[in-house]
Amino acid sequence: MKKLATYGVKPHDADLKADGEKWSLMEKLLLGLTLDQYIGQVLRNKFNWLLGIIFAIGIPVIIYRFFFSLGSVTHASYDYPWGLFLGFGLFCMVPLSASGFMLGTTVEIFGRHDFEPIERLALLNGLLGYFFAVVYLLVDLGQPWRLSYPMVYSWGPAAVLFLVGWHVATYLSVQVAEVSTAFFEWIGFQRGYDFIRKGTVGLTVSGIILSTLHQGALGALFLYAPGKVHPLWYSAPFQWIHFFTSSIPAGLCMVICVSTIVIYTMKWRCDDRFIDNLDRITISLAKGAAMGLITYLIIKIIAVAHDNEWAYLATGWGYWWLLEIVGFVIAPLIVLSYGIHHKLVGIVRIGAFWTVAGILLNRLNTALITFNWKLYQEIPHKYEIIISITIFAIYITTYRFILNRLPILYQFKDKAEK
Amino acid sequence: MSKITRRKFLAGSAAGGAAMMLTPAKKAFASGSFEGFPDGMGVLVDLTRCVGCRTCEAACNKEQQLPAPDLPFDDYSVFDEIHHGNQKRRTTDRAYTIVNRYEPEGADKPLYRKIQCNHCNEPACLTSCFVNAYTKTPEGAVIYNSHVCVGCRNCMIACPFHIPAYTYHSAINPVIKKCIFCYYTRLKEGKPPACVESCPQQVMTFGKRKDLMKIAKERIHKNPEKYVDHIYGEKEVGGTGWFYISSAPFEEAGFDITLPKKPIIDNVKDFLAIVPMVLTIWPALFTGFHLLATKGKSHGHGDDHSHDEQEGH
Repeated sequence: MKKLATYGVKPHDADLKADGEKWSLMEKLLLGLTLDQYIGQVLRNKFNWLLGIIFAIGIPVIIYRFFFSLGSVTHASYDYPWGLFLGFGLFCMVPLSASGFMLGTTVEIFGRHDFEPIERLALLNGLLGYFFAVVYLLVDLGQPWRLSYPMVYSWGPAAVLFLVGWHVATYLSVQVAEVSTAFFEWIGFQRGYDFIRKGTVGLTVSGIILSTLHQGALGALFLYAPGKVHPLWYSAPFQWIHFFTSSIPAGLCMVICVSTIVIYTMKWRCDDRFIDNLDRITISLAKGAAMGLITYLIIKIIAVAHDNEWAYLATGWGYWWLLEIVGFVIAPLIVLSYGIHHKLVGIVRIGAFWTVAGILLNRLNTALITFNWKLYQEIPHKYEIIISITIFAIYITTYRFILNRLPILYQFKDKAEK
Repeated sequence: MSKITRRKFLAGSAAGGAAMMLTPAKKAFASGSFEGFPDGMGVLVDLTRCVGCRTCEAACNKEQQLPAPDLPFDDYSVFDEIHHGNQKRRTTDRAYTIVNRYEPEGADKPLYRKIQCNHCNEPACLTSCFVNAYTKTPEGAVIYNSHVCVGCRNCMIACPFHIPAYTYHSAINPVIKKCIFCYYTRLKEGKPPACVESCPQQVMTFGKRKDLMKIAKERIHKNPEKYVDHIYGEKEVGGTGWFYISSAPFEEAGFDITLPKKPIIDNVKDFLAIVPMVLTIWPALFTGFHLLATKGKSHGHGDDHSHDEQEGH
């Protein structure tokens, strides 16, 4: 795209073309390029080749899974019923997608319109994260075609998973509505846009409710396994608070990470509003993340004290716990704080990636690594890993496809000028 | 302006209300302290009597019409099987009951332990199932409706005894499989399950749970040198329909002695209790925050001029 820009090609970024004509849908899809130009720039991008290779290997494996059962792509373990698809796909993707409700709250509820340039990116990050968490779930469920059963056919309302299911489904619809404003702008459907905007506060508030509950509920799911999750990662009264509070730095740092990647790889798509404000917003988001992290750290320690689990710290699992807390909570917290204090965006970004890694480690520890600590450890099946990577690659592709087109990183010219 | 904020407030409340409507009845949770149906049946397993003949495994296989095992039931090399480095055999989708051999310290002969679903009074599997596939019948069995199973395998996570198994290798209709106390073919008619009936050593005694508990206590009381003074399953995870007495400490026969005395669901209740709180308090709280935070400020949205125009009315 950079190369094309030097030839004077301009991407689709306003309601009307320079000559006052409307864009056709095809032109919008091709970013305002001609078909040849579009294909040319797709092929020039090395990253697309990498994605292509992943798809070539992974998609047949996914098809294989549906024709030859879950047992053919996993260890079919009775002791580890939840493998990488849920351990990574559900338990990691959902906290990293808390950004939608965080930024929605900041802008719409607290009226902090200075965060607006990044609000849509955060909402989109939330929507796609949840959507792909559901995709992972569909691959993992034995009978995904029965996914609607807990909704319509057979209710198990006492189960935490029932709550998760309902809330993720409802919240997904809320997020579709929130992001649809960008879509309506893009296709030029003003009435739809107005309709959704009227309900923004309502949508945002229901987003907060649903997020509080299901982020916590993902933690509460493990409360069913007191003998299986290691005591240091298990806390009956605090588990949901751990998962909820850690989702706050997770979501905020994920937005910092995504915006970092975007500013380095897709700068052509960002408008001045986004580019000029990003450093300031990054620092502000990091402040929120740092506060979330320190809250999380304190509650983690309180939980150990509450259940009097200090003795476990001197064991092998205890060292692993300390590594997670010191290396992936305290260390990124220090890095973030240093970056915030000295207003060093680069340092803050390192801290954000580090925090995200810490959240991934925590969720994988709870769901897989320390799970069944009394039994044995299990390394996921190679097909399980391939499928997980492939779905993640589809996630990235979709993310990029939308960022390239919808007014997420940029505003339509006529809107901005008003 | 005030008209608009009121409308926004109502919108917020309405959406909160809608969120509540969409998530109904989550609060009518599991009973406070359910201790099992009064006339629920159970089985007392006396480990001191078991000789490891595996007749019960064979009887179960036949009764439940399970596929033939890899090794015949009179092949005792299965007792030496070790899986995943340190694991003895466990129940699978093809074997609802398993006998394992243990060598307790200081004992002159090995101890055999039969494993099957313990049919908890307040089953973790049941309370974790989001399609309510499990039922604890008044007769004492924990049975399972596979026609609604979505395959989330949460019950396998929840079961403290590692009992439910899954037919992973079915592409079209994978479901949970576990011991059902021979409910449909026997228990419903008041008959003991196949394994109990088949046992040549009378390891297992079938009867009302409360009566069996007395028998177990009596046996321990009369032979204090023979039994350890504990009934495994009397209180574990809220009490189980099947329970054990043993000559060796239970941990030496592979039992998990760290399980809580309360039902598994008790661990989850702290969280479940906050659900209605969040659903009712959050809408008012955050709509209130919104009004406070934006009071007197411009509602201007850089990207949202249609909105601004309405505000101006």
